[in-house]
Amino acid sequence: MKRRRFIRSVAPAGVMLPSFVQGIGFRAFDTGHTFLNQVLLPTGDNDRVLVIVQLNGGNDGLNTVIPIDNYSKYINARKNIFIEESKILKLRGHERVGLHPAMTGMQQLFNEDKLHIVQSVGYAQPNFSHFRATDIWMSASDSKQVLNSGWLGRFLDEAYPGFPSGYPNVNMPDPLAIQIGSVASLTLQGPIQPMGMSISNPSSFYNLVNNIESPAPNTLAGMELSFIRETSRQTQKFSEVIKAANAKVIVQNPYPTGNTLADQLKIVARLIKGGLKTKIYMVNYGGFDTHANQVESGNNGSGTHARLLGNVSSAIKAFMDDLVYLGIDDRVLGMTFSEFGRRILSNASRGTDHGAAAPLFIFGSRVQGGISGSNPIIPTNAGVGDNIPFQYDFRSVYGSILSNWLCVDDGMLNSVLLKNFQNLPLTKLGTCSVLKPVGDPENLLVVYPNPFHKSIAIQFKTIGGHTLLQVLDGAGRLVKIIYDKEVAEGTYRIDFDGGHLPPGIYYVRLQNQLIQQVKSILKV
Amino acid sequence: MENVRPLQWAPSLQAYSGQWDDATARHLLRRTHFGVKLAELKAVKALGLTATLDILLDDQLAQPLPPVKEYNPTNATVPDVLIAGGQTWVNDPTTDGTINSLRRASFKKWWVGQMLNQQISLREKMTLFWHNHFATESVDIGNAQFLFKHHSLLRKNALGNFKILVKEITTDPAMLVYLNGQNNNKTAPDENFAREIQELFVIGKGRGAGFNEADVKAAARVLTGWRNNAAEIKSFFDPNRHDFNDKQFSEFYKSKKIVGKTGADAGSSELDELIGMLFETDEVALYLCRRIYVWFIHYQITPEIEEAIIVPLAQVFRQNNYEIKPVLRLLLGSQHFFDLMNRGCQIKSPVDMLIGMLREMEVRFPADSQYTNQYGLWNQLVNYLTNMQQNIGDPPDVSGWKAYYQEPGYYKFWINTDTLPKRIQYLDILVAVGYTFGGFKMVVDGTSWIKLFPNPSDPNSLVEALCVHLLGVDISASHKAQLKTDILLAGQAQDYYWTDAWELFIGTPSNMANTKHVSTAVTNLIKYLVDLPEYQLC
Repeated sequence: MKRRRFIRSVAPAGVMLPSFVQGIGFRAFDTGHTFLNQVLLPTGDNDRVLVIVQLNGGNDGLNTVIPIDNYSKYINARKNIFIEESKILKLRGHERVGLHPAMTGMQQLFNEDKLHIVQSVGYAQPNFSHFRATDIWMSASDSKQVLNSGWLGRFLDEAYPGFPSGYPNVNMPDPLAIQIGSVASLTLQGPIQPMGMSISNPSSFYNLVNNIESPAPNTLAGMELSFIRETSRQTQKFSEVIKAANAKVIVQNPYPTGNTLADQLKIVARLIKGGLKTKIYMVNYGGFDTHANQVESGNNGSGTHARLLGNVSSAIKAFMDDLVYLGIDDRVLGMTFSEFGRRILSNASRGTDHGAAAPLFIFGSRVQGGISGSNPIIPTNAGVGDNIPFQYDFRSVYGSILSNWLCVDDGMLNSVLLKNFQNLPLTKLGTCSVLKPVGDPENLLVVYPNPFHKSIAIQFKTIGGHTLLQVLDGAGRLVKIIYDKEVAEGTYRIDFDGGHLPPGIYYVRLQNQLIQQVKSILKV
Repeated sequence: MENVRPLQWAPSLQAYSGQWDDATARHLLRRTHFGVKLAELKAVKALGLTATLDILLDDQLAQPLPPVKEYNPTNATVPDVLIAGGQTWVNDPTTDGTINSLRRASFKKWWVGQMLNQQISLREKMTLFWHNHFATESVDIGNAQFLFKHHSLLRKNALGNFKILVKEITTDPAMLVYLNGQNNNKTAPDENFAREIQELFVIGKGRGAGFNEADVKAAARVLTGWRNNAAEIKSFFDPNRHDFNDKQFSEFYKSKKIVGKTGADAGSSELDELIGMLFETDEVALYLCRRIYVWFIHYQITPEIEEAIIVPLAQVFRQNNYEIKPVLRLLLGSQHFFDLMNRGCQIKSPVDMLIGMLREMEVRFPADSQYTNQYGLWNQLVNYLTNMQQNIGDPPDVSGWKAYYQEPGYYKFWINTDTLPKRIQYLDILVAVGYTFGGFKMVVDGTSWIKLFPNPSDPNSLVEALCVHLLGVDISASHKAQLKTDILLAGQAQDYYWTDAWELFIGTPSNMANTKHVSTAVTNLIKYLVDLPEYQLC
């Protein structure tokens, strides 16, 4: 297999230029770098596991992690669905942020430093289609870029070269990744073939028999035939090890019943404890597309969204308790994601329409507790098109997990994510390398005059290194990159001419290594 | 994905002028039906291509009788006692949750029955095409009467006019529930349908699709005011909820402005303008022709295919004011459709595989009068389909099944380490064991079935005929020889071993030892063939 082929085929040379990357502005992917000869697998060095929890449909971030310091604006934007202040769950050491009342399990995890909240995760030029947005998240592409492989599929392809030929072997006797359920996810799609295995019941596999193989013809039909045969081989190879691992675990800590996410996570815990060396597990839970009746009439703390979040929270809490009970909690890191958040303004059906950035959760015993980022900014009179701008690119979360949890080196990270992203302190010090956690950020961005009519001065403080300033519009779309340079530490000032912009809310986003801040500005 | 097509290969929409033989007739039937019965193959072969296309595209075929009450509503708060067992429920409005749930299930069973009983016609395959295209989920629709009305709309227009279908779908009660159109009003527009009509139903996401967020918002406002009346099983327009301001669209729609209207006709009149505007773009025909191509041929639409097939097909679609039939006639009668490169290259959907297998092996079901057993068995098929990830009536979401849109795998999405063993397991059950409901067994009767083939007493001819009939890709001669020896000859070298046994079975079926021996051999042969990866293709 030609390892570099997929990079060429999905992304022509021009795609890698920094100008294309919509101002995320990181250094271009080094196409000369090759890992073909890499013999030692970084993943063989550790027994870490990553569990991805997909929340299908677009979870409403604003009613999940609630901005208490903007509470009056929050109520104003969400008159028919806001969560009563007294019901919001408090987070230890964080007075300005709280959780939805149904999330008591995750509140407890947060208070024990086993849950990290990343605020306003998204990307420039948000897409509002479920399908395209899901593809963007799963493939880790830019908004306008189409990639046909998934981020973890590329990781596994780099880490286990040549798969599936030569596998299983001594180093990796088990499936590389397991998706619980009957569908294969783009996340686990490698450059050439799927890198994961889908299972819905680890205790029973229908036996497939080896048939004689007539040669596959060199036609479209032959191509599909080879794929089916390969799937059949994979199934036969791995069904025994999965059954064996599953059978080893007799007793588990209790899980809630009638909760399909809990059912799936229970299987994951079993298989990890049962000894599989599988690196990645994927589970999913749907129903978050809450256009209507997100909350119960007259009782905003109940209803569809409360039920969904309650199940997510109790499933993750039970999973974490089980991992501790089984003595494997130090090996497991979990992450939630949803294809987008929802609109700031609620609609008349007691629901919310498709939106942009939203918080996500990282959980595990080795998590660095706390919150990355500040509360989203809610305009005083939010319009129907207003969205939450992103503070963190979702690929920064991926990259941080890959390098700080799965200990992927920088070179391979580039091959997986196709360019550089910020490294965030999501896991405890020393899991792979040392990262300085971000303290309570000082005010690094000063803008004046605000509101502005034509020109606005932006003063920003940088600790040196790569420094990026972007202007986003009210819907979170990138308007302009106003600064994108390697600089020395210090305070700088730049003037932005916004005379041509239509009046309304805009955001200035500063990104400097680990740090970012967002300031809202009003054009009049 | 590797492109295995030869360099010199030139796709063409020119009418197919090659031989009309068993292989071509079978290819046409496999792609336009679920499985192929021997009798259908014989009929179509005799008719020739043109006359066959006439029959496939005949939209005057009588509509089937609607689903009946075969359920037992013991837990319902308001049982539908007025409807007798065996009578249809589709015109009886109810809001009882239990009854609606039973009726939704009843509808799905009935639908499986329609697919099993399909005649030579494109209607069933096109009804499923439209269900995938205008994907809705029965659990979200809730109201079973709305659900059946929606399904009837797809069925009635399966071979009709796309533009008319889009208009009717927009104000269809089930769609108004599913994509929140019934909640869409002037004070807080709900954009759900306005987005999907552009992104998924009409314009698509091709390179030429240039609508933007403002277009979604403007379309949402055009569509304000529609509501449902469950008691009358219909939708209506409420002018008080309609946004009567002007709606401005982007340059992609030639900066069209739909002037806001008031009054009882405002909704319908603005909707006409909206649909007129959408269908003015070239993208509509291109998008739908690509969807049809993926459904009937293959998902690899290379630049050559876009140029030689999609673009001219779309031209014909527009020239015929969005009538479906001319497009299907041209494509299904073309050289390209019958090209050897395009045969056997579809991975069967669960419906293709399961319904196709039951049809092509002539599995019998109870008569309509035994509706309880009939629906009971159909229900088991709904369960099998659901476990294989094609829950008819409940696709994963509004974009339909991934097999028809998701790069890069498309059809490959049907097959993974979970679903492949399930496919084999269900096929094995139906070939070897059967599934019983109310004393009636659904099972392949292998010996009765192979009697339909020309020369079952000759083991070479039998193996060859079954391979040709069942497999999407042929297997090698040595593979067939081994099958014959291992299964039909029980390891013996001489062909007469099978011939004698078969003739004894025909002449003296009461010889139980021989009959058992023959039927076991036949079952094993069929089971072997359907377990081959080659059987997953059509």
